[in-house]
Amino acid sequence: MEIVRKWVQTIMALLVNGSWSFPFTRTIYQGPLKVVCSPGLNCYSCPAATTYCPIGSLQQLMAGIRIALENGQNFFGLYVLGTMGVLGGAFGRLICGWACPFGLIQELLHKIPSKKFSIPQKLNYIKYGFLLFFVILLPLTVVDDFGYGELWFCKYVCPAGTLEAGLPMLMLQPALGQTIGLLFFNKLTILVGFIIWSILASRPFCRTACPLGAFYALFKGFKLVKLRFIKENCTRCEACHPVCPMGVKFNESPENAECISCLKCMDKACKFDAITLEIAGLPVGSRGRAARPGPRQSDAPA
Amino acid sequence: MTAASEKEAKRIRVAPFITILFFLIMGIVGIMTGEVGRVLEQAVQVCLSCIGIG
Repeated sequence: MEIVRKWVQTIMALLVNGSWSFPFTRTIYQGPLKVVCSPGLNCYSCPAATTYCPIGSLQQLMAGIRIALENGQNFFGLYVLGTMGVLGGAFGRLICGWACPFGLIQELLHKIPSKKFSIPQKLNYIKYGFLLFFVILLPLTVVDDFGYGELWFCKYVCPAGTLEAGLPMLMLQPALGQTIGLLFFNKLTILVGFIIWSILASRPFCRTACPLGAFYALFKGFKLVKLRFIKENCTRCEACHPVCPMGVKFNESPENAECISCLKCMDKACKFDAITLEIAGLPVGSRGRAARPGPRQSDAPA
Repeated sequence: MTAASEKEAKRIRVAPFITILFFLIMGIVGIMTGEVGRVLEQAVQVCLSCIGIG
């Protein structure tokens, strides 16, 4: 299953970065596919990007909401939010585990041999702050003389943007090097920090800083595809704990918002069919065997 | 299966579809207001300050 997931991650990364004419055009793809939402975090200023980044677009719409309204355009981000919500309702954070290019990059970095560290659970809440303040409130409320806000997350934080767009654009258009300053070095430091952290800990950006992951996490109780815990089958062997890339102790918190449904706990760890994959409440599989319906956690004896 | 757990199972089955429908309608309203054009307009431009340059 892990091989399948890696293939899906790679194919998704190539699909959302499928424009390879940039060495000749020296700029980004500007075709009609850019109305399609990238399910994962993928900067639309990346020269190869074929889709729009939901976090970037949402900030753009929040930042320009005043000017749009003044011009009689009712742009409240409904198209972007609607698309994100449909994806969230269907898959939730499964997207982080299966379709996010920056998640894949972090997983590959984590394969570099080194001493590995855990990430304190409290840091997981920072990403909700980024979603609320850097993606929505600050672009909406802190505006210039013309009434236009800034893209706070893209401009000051997003390491995916620096890696996928900032650095490639500098290579494609060396003249841009004359315009880089403190802002660029700030973002470069954040990128280097997350690269080093990704080697030492599993998916640090997803767990602590990704506003898209935070948005999808809101759907933990309302998503179509999810993992289900069958308490009566659990022996409390805790084999599911060390395999989780997000630090979730699945048998202790099966509804954890951090679960990215990578299926490692179900496929690699649990030998007792205590974890199954279900779609809309219907079990579809567990560890290579046909899933058998069991009582829900709330029904199972303590 | 008790009546309570059956109700809970039904809620789990139905909730994602209601959520998806809600956001689908939201997206359609966005399309009807012409937001797609605005998204495309923004996505085809390189925002240099957004990527740390300029």
